[in-house]
Amino acid sequence: MSDCLVDVRELTIGYYNQKGTLVLVLQGVNLEVKPGETLGLVGESGCGKSTLGQAMMGYLRSGSQVLGGSVKFADHDMFALNNRQLETIRGRQIALIPQNAGDALTPTLRVGNQIIEAIELNADLSGAAAKNRMLELLAQVHLPHPDVMANRYPHELSGGQQQRAVIAMALAAEPYMLILDEPTTGLDVTTQAHILNLLRDIVADLGTAMMYISHDLGVIARVSDRIALMYAGEIVEDTNVAEMFKSPAHPYARGLLESIPRLNLAGIPNSMPGQPPIPGTLPGCSFAPRCSFISEICRSKSPPFTSIPGPPHRVRCDNWEKVLAIDFSQELQQVFRTIEHTTEDEPAIELSGLEITYHRSGFMERIRSIPEPPATVSDITLSVKRGETLALVGESGSGKTTIVRTISGLLPAKRGSIQFEDCDLTVEVDQRPMELCRHVQLIFQNPDASLNPRHTVAEILDQPLKLYFPDMTHDERRARQIELLERVRLEGRYRLRYPGQMSGGEKQRVAIARAFAADPEVVLCDEVTSALDVSVQAAVLDLLADLQRERNTTYIFIAHDLAVVRAIADRVAVLYQGRLCEVGTVDEIYSPPYHPYTETLLGAVLVPDPDHEPKLLASDTPELAPPAKGCAFQRRCPYCMPDLCVEEIPPWQFPESDDGHKIRCHIPINELLVDQKAAF
Amino acid sequence: MIILIARRLILSLVTLFIISLIVYVGVEALPGDSATGYLGQWATPESLAALREEFGLNDPIHVRYINWLGDILRGDLGVSMVKRKPVAELIGNRFRNTVVLTITSALVGIPLAIILGVIAGLMRDKLPDVIISTTSIVAMTLPGFVTATVLIYIFAIRLEWFPAITLVPSDVSVIELLDTMLLPIITLTMIMVAHILRLVRTNMIDVMVSDYVQMARLKGVPARQIVFKHALPNAMLPTINIVALTLAWLVGGVAIIETVFNFPGIGKLLIDAITDRDFALVQGIAMILSGIYIALNLTADLLSLVLNPKLRTARGH
Repeated sequence: MSDCLVDVRELTIGYYNQKGTLVLVLQGVNLEVKPGETLGLVGESGCGKSTLGQAMMGYLRSGSQVLGGSVKFADHDMFALNNRQLETIRGRQIALIPQNAGDALTPTLRVGNQIIEAIELNADLSGAAAKNRMLELLAQVHLPHPDVMANRYPHELSGGQQQRAVIAMALAAEPYMLILDEPTTGLDVTTQAHILNLLRDIVADLGTAMMYISHDLGVIARVSDRIALMYAGEIVEDTNVAEMFKSPAHPYARGLLESIPRLNLAGIPNSMPGQPPIPGTLPGCSFAPRCSFISEICRSKSPPFTSIPGPPHRVRCDNWEKVLAIDFSQELQQVFRTIEHTTEDEPAIELSGLEITYHRSGFMERIRSIPEPPATVSDITLSVKRGETLALVGESGSGKTTIVRTISGLLPAKRGSIQFEDCDLTVEVDQRPMELCRHVQLIFQNPDASLNPRHTVAEILDQPLKLYFPDMTHDERRARQIELLERVRLEGRYRLRYPGQMSGGEKQRVAIARAFAADPEVVLCDEVTSALDVSVQAAVLDLLADLQRERNTTYIFIAHDLAVVRAIADRVAVLYQGRLCEVGTVDEIYSPPYHPYTETLLGAVLVPDPDHEPKLLASDTPELAPPAKGCAFQRRCPYCMPDLCVEEIPPWQFPESDDGHKIRCHIPINELLVDQKAAF
Repeated sequence: MIILIARRLILSLVTLFIISLIVYVGVEALPGDSATGYLGQWATPESLAALREEFGLNDPIHVRYINWLGDILRGDLGVSMVKRKPVAELIGNRFRNTVVLTITSALVGIPLAIILGVIAGLMRDKLPDVIISTTSIVAMTLPGFVTATVLIYIFAIRLEWFPAITLVPSDVSVIELLDTMLLPIITLTMIMVAHILRLVRTNMIDVMVSDYVQMARLKGVPARQIVFKHALPNAMLPTINIVALTLAWLVGGVAIIETVFNFPGIGKLLIDAITDRDFALVQGIAMILSGIYIALNLTADLLSLVLNPKLRTARGH
């Protein structure tokens, strides 16, 4: 075996689209992975990173073909082998851990049997030996009660447990190499941090090489020794972690790193203009149209992959010396900008004692008078001032979307009130007066699902205009559509496009324009940037902040990404299992004293800095329902006091005694402060 | 799980009850009554009145319905006044013949449909798939009686391999019926295979591009094992209900095919009963067919419940 485990040479992969034209996915990729090395492969959606990962296993999506170059794994030419030969390498020497573990497990087979299958095929064990090995693997990935878990079907496991089961399956034969394709995307931050720790430990133990594919630079910083950055089907930079984060040499790497919201920096990060081209369609550098370092040669000739003197560092840019001349850490401090906006003192929305439940008592339950389970959301008292952005933060199941759906009138409230100006918002949407509906608008997470694919942008924007402003003439509506598009920084010609003809960021802008077409007072934003690439996310955050300043709009902003919340919110409410844990301004929430849950969440965040190590406090065991009494966070809290916390709902404590910062915990503020200041 | 099964069972019984109402009222709403059918052209107002008195035809409809339903629950399907025989006796052998016909078609058709569907799905857009898919569309589009007529023309008239129509009475043994059954079986099988095959093919294609099949491939599972262990069970789950529906359709739709071939089965009997205004017989057959229909759907529901881990392990509901 040569000293490289994987050797990708000039690999070009493409497919013919329906019109019969050739579309490139990868163009001339060169990449090596050494035995035991951990490589992070980063890039935004559509850059070809998954295709490259699959190609390393000799796998192509149907329709795709290798147009040039080769992939060698452990000296095997992967695309010259037949299926039978590939079967003996896959799983045995190189294994995949896929993005969505829930979809990657066969639904009709028990988890244990699927792992035994991998063991029998790849580790030459059978019968009882295979079963024992399976149980051993499940224990190795820290699944509780391996014998119970093995007997379950995939859908009976939580997302984090499914991911652990898939990792166990990949480790069956202790392969030389693992390909991990976004294995923690879609998991909660605490679960993600736990899984990554597990992977790091296992890889260190077994000496397995790992290629970790992700769009998330925070995750990559945590797991990799070396990073390869992809853009438009090419590798544009390849160096070790420290170099990549401290002095990136490619303008795209800089743009990408500058567009990530940071926990330690207030304000909205820089956004990158434009979008990536289809690989191979530009004569010169693929990044040239978006580059601020552009020179004459960039447009005409594709730059070579040059080595930079010093530590191993290769970059596909002709101007890398100019790029490196600017100190990155200083540049980074300057790109964050805060958009000043005024908040008025009068509240726009006031929630008091809000309780929401999905439970509907069945006939038998009422007869036998079985007590109702605890409500999904309970005892929410919050007030949002006009022109303010309040962020609701928490893991999946924390009730943040439930609250927003109730404010928008899609769900009924069980108890409590929602006051908007003089109106009661606990009324469901079909009974609200039109004027009230107009004032409260909702923007959804995924524009692909919230925009009708058969309507043009003009038709999409026309709907709220016709509904809320029936007196508008056709020409007035047309003028308003163009004005709205301009406000979300899209040209008027977008009116005639269908959602399918736009990029993800453009679609989300249209969804924002639709909400603002109603000229609302309150806009509810449900994870509006989580389906977008980071470079696009920054632009959307910037747009939202600008729109807010113009009209003094009030936002209720849901996000699971704490750095995004840091960038846009004025105040934050931390929720666990539908109960408030902590409320305060951004500065108060992001510095001690914290509620133990806030501390857990902040500790688990992975920041794009290789020197940062996450602090894992609580376990990542998911909870399906809130506890019947006591503190909502009792079961996972590292500081839980057996009697007090389990029995009694904690009181609100006010660290500053005057303004809004409040923490719901039994532990006195002083004690929280002492522990937390020591830790950070 | 047990609650779920109990709920489905109760629902089936309720459905059957509603059907009995519709069948009874629907048939009664037809012009004329059993008495006119019985006396035919010799009916005089006096004899009609006497007959109606004798058989209780003058009772209000709900009284007659309750009596009829009570009889059925006791296993008595009533008496055909046209044929002057108990309905059960008339149905007897013909029901057996139809069951033999449909079960044979199903035993041949279902495995054939699954095999062809899997082949077509695995070889999507290649020659075998094109041939299978095109043939199945033709078989699906042609009405059953056209297919039957074409088959009769080719095999009975041109090649003279099988008799064109059945000329034996209904009570001969199954062995004697066998050669007359072949053409009806082929017709029924063709139609049934076409429907099931297309669904199996689509499911197979969906499953083969799923993440878990890709995962199995990348974990080094041999192709044959992927198909049988990972893909097929998942492709079959949504097929179970369609198979039941097709079978149920077979039981009802067999009427036309039986008529074309003059096959002595329950379907042919139903058509004859309608022409003869034999109300008791129509009602009896309709109830039997509905019962089979509901039983098949119930079986399919329970079967998918047992085979689908997601449904089986669901708590409550």
